[in-house]
Amino acid sequence: MVQDLNIFIPAKFKRKDMKLKKNIAVSESGFIFDPSTGESFSMNNIGTEIVEYLKQDKSFEEIKKSMLEKYEVDSTSFEKYYYDFINSLQQLKLIVDE
Amino acid sequence: MEKFAFERPFIKRLSSGMPSKFGMKTKIEPITVIDDNLVKDLINKYGSPVFVLSEKTIRKTFQGAKRAFTTRYPKVQFAWSYKTNYLDAVCRVFHQEGVWAEVVSGFEYEKAVRNNVSGDHIIFNGPDKSKDDLKKAILNDSPIHIDHFDELYCIIDIAEESDKIPKVAIRVNMDTGIYPQWDRFGFNYENGEAWDALNRIMLSGKLDLIGLHTHIGTFILSSDAYRQAAAKLADLAVGLERKYGHVVKYIDLGGGFASKSNLKGAYLPGTDTAPSFDEYADAITSSLINSQIKPENLPTLILETGRALIDDAGYLLGTVLANKRLADGRRSTILDIGVNILFTSFWYDHSIIPAQPFSEHTEETAIYGPLCMNIDVLREAIDFPPLIKGDHVVINRVGAYNMTQWMQFITMRPNVIIIDGNNKPFIIRNKESVETIISQEKIPPHLQ
Repeated sequence: MVQDLNIFIPAKFKRKDMKLKKNIAVSESGFIFDPSTGESFSMNNIGTEIVEYLKQDKSFEEIKKSMLEKYEVDSTSFEKYYYDFINSLQQLKLIVDE
Repeated sequence: MEKFAFERPFIKRLSSGMPSKFGMKTKIEPITVIDDNLVKDLINKYGSPVFVLSEKTIRKTFQGAKRAFTTRYPKVQFAWSYKTNYLDAVCRVFHQEGVWAEVVSGFEYEKAVRNNVSGDHIIFNGPDKSKDDLKKAILNDSPIHIDHFDELYCIIDIAEESDKIPKVAIRVNMDTGIYPQWDRFGFNYENGEAWDALNRIMLSGKLDLIGLHTHIGTFILSSDAYRQAAAKLADLAVGLERKYGHVVKYIDLGGGFASKSNLKGAYLPGTDTAPSFDEYADAITSSLINSQIKPENLPTLILETGRALIDDAGYLLGTVLANKRLADGRRSTILDIGVNILFTSFWYDHSIIPAQPFSEHTEETAIYGPLCMNIDVLREAIDFPPLIKGDHVVINRVGAYNMTQWMQFITMRPNVIIIDGNNKPFIIRNKESVETIISQEKIPPHLQ
C-alpha cells in the first residue's frame, strides 16, 4: 500500500538532502525562530515532534514508524498529513536543499 | 499501550506589531452534544449532513419573546411567519404555544389549514394572492393584509358577489430612519397613499377594516425604527377613529427582529449587536401606549417574528471531506455542507464549530462546501483548528430560512430532525433520494 503510494510522491520529497535549516531554534512548546529572517512560527504538538525528528536527520520511514506506534493514525493518513506539513515548511522557507 | 489521539501537524507564522484581522482570540468550545444527543450518534443514525432542531430551544425562545411583550402591553398575539420555516412539525410547535399563522402565498395558506389553524387565525400577507386564494381566505374569515390597489379592487369585486364581508388590513410602508426603506410592499405613509387606500376601504362599505400592518424590513438592528413605525400606525388608527369613528382591532408590526447570527461585513458579532426582545418590546409598546389612541381603543399588538424565534434552535451537522492547500499556501477545508442547503451563508458569516475536542492551535482556513461550483464558500477566512477527514462540525443558528430557501442542486436535501422536550430525536423531513427528484420528471416518447 505504502509502496504504491510512493509512486505518486513528487521526486523532491524523496530526496535525502531535504533538510531543516541548520540554524533555526525549536523550543519544546513548538516555537520556532529563524535567525536569518527574524521570523517566528508556532506548531502544534505533532508538528513539533516531526520537526524534532527532522532535526535528528530521521528518514520519513523512521518518523512514520515512531508516529504510528505512538498515535492513533493509519499509515496512509499519516503519509498524507506528513507531506502536507513538509509542504508548509517549504512554503515558509524552513527547509533547504543541501 | 493505548495510543494518543492524532492531530494533523501544522505550522503557522507568528506576526507581531500588526493586529490580526481576527482580533483577540476567542475561545471556542466544541459542540459535542445537542439536547443530550451526541453529535456523533446523530450523524451515525441520520447521516451527514443533517439539520437538527431543538424543540426545547424553540419553546424557550418563544416564551422569552412573549414575556417581553406581554409584561408591557395588555393584548399581544404572535403569528408564525411560515416562510421562515414551514416544516409542519415546526409550525405545530408554535401553534401549540398559541401562535397564529402568517402566510404569504396560496401554498403557505394551504399548509396552515392542514396544520389545523382556524381560518380567522391565518394572516394572509404578500403581493401574490390569486382571486381563488382571496375567495378562500374571505370564506374562512382570514385577515387579509392588502398589498396594492389591484388587490383591493379584486377583494371589493369578490365582496360584491358574496354575502361575506372580507376582513382586511392594509400594509403600510414608511420611513423609519433606516436604510433600505422597504417601499415595494403596501401603501406609503408619507405620500398619502396609505390614507388613499384607507379612504377607499371605508367608503366602499364592502370591507371590514380590522387592522393596520407594517413590516419595515429584515434584520433590523435598531429598535428605534420600530418605535417610529408603531407611532405612524398609531397615527393612522387615531385618524380613522376621528374621521370615520372606526376603531381598528389590531396593529401588526410584522417581523424583522435580528437574530444573533453574524451578518457579513459586520464589525461586531451578532451576539453583541442584536437588540434583545425586551428592547424591541419596549420601543413598540411604549410608542403605542404613548400615542393618541384612547386607552379603551388600544388595539391588539400582532407580531410576525420569524428569524429571531427559530434561528437559535437550528443546527446543521456535517463532516470534513478533505483538506487542501490553496495557491497562496492558505489551508482550505471542504465540508459536505454546501451553500445549496445553507442558503443563509450568502449573508451570514456562520460559526463553524468542531464537534470533537481540538487543540488550541488554529490557522487561517477557507471553508468550502462540496459543490463543484466556485460560489460554494461557507467562510472565506476563519481561524480554525486543524480538522482531519471524517471529523464532524456543527453550524449553529441555522433555524431560519435555510429549510425553506434551500435548493436541490448537485446534491440532495438531507434529513431534518427535531429533538423533543424529552431529548428524543424524530425525523420531520426525510432526506431526498434520486426517486424524489425524478418522480417529477417526464420523458417524451421519442427520448425513451
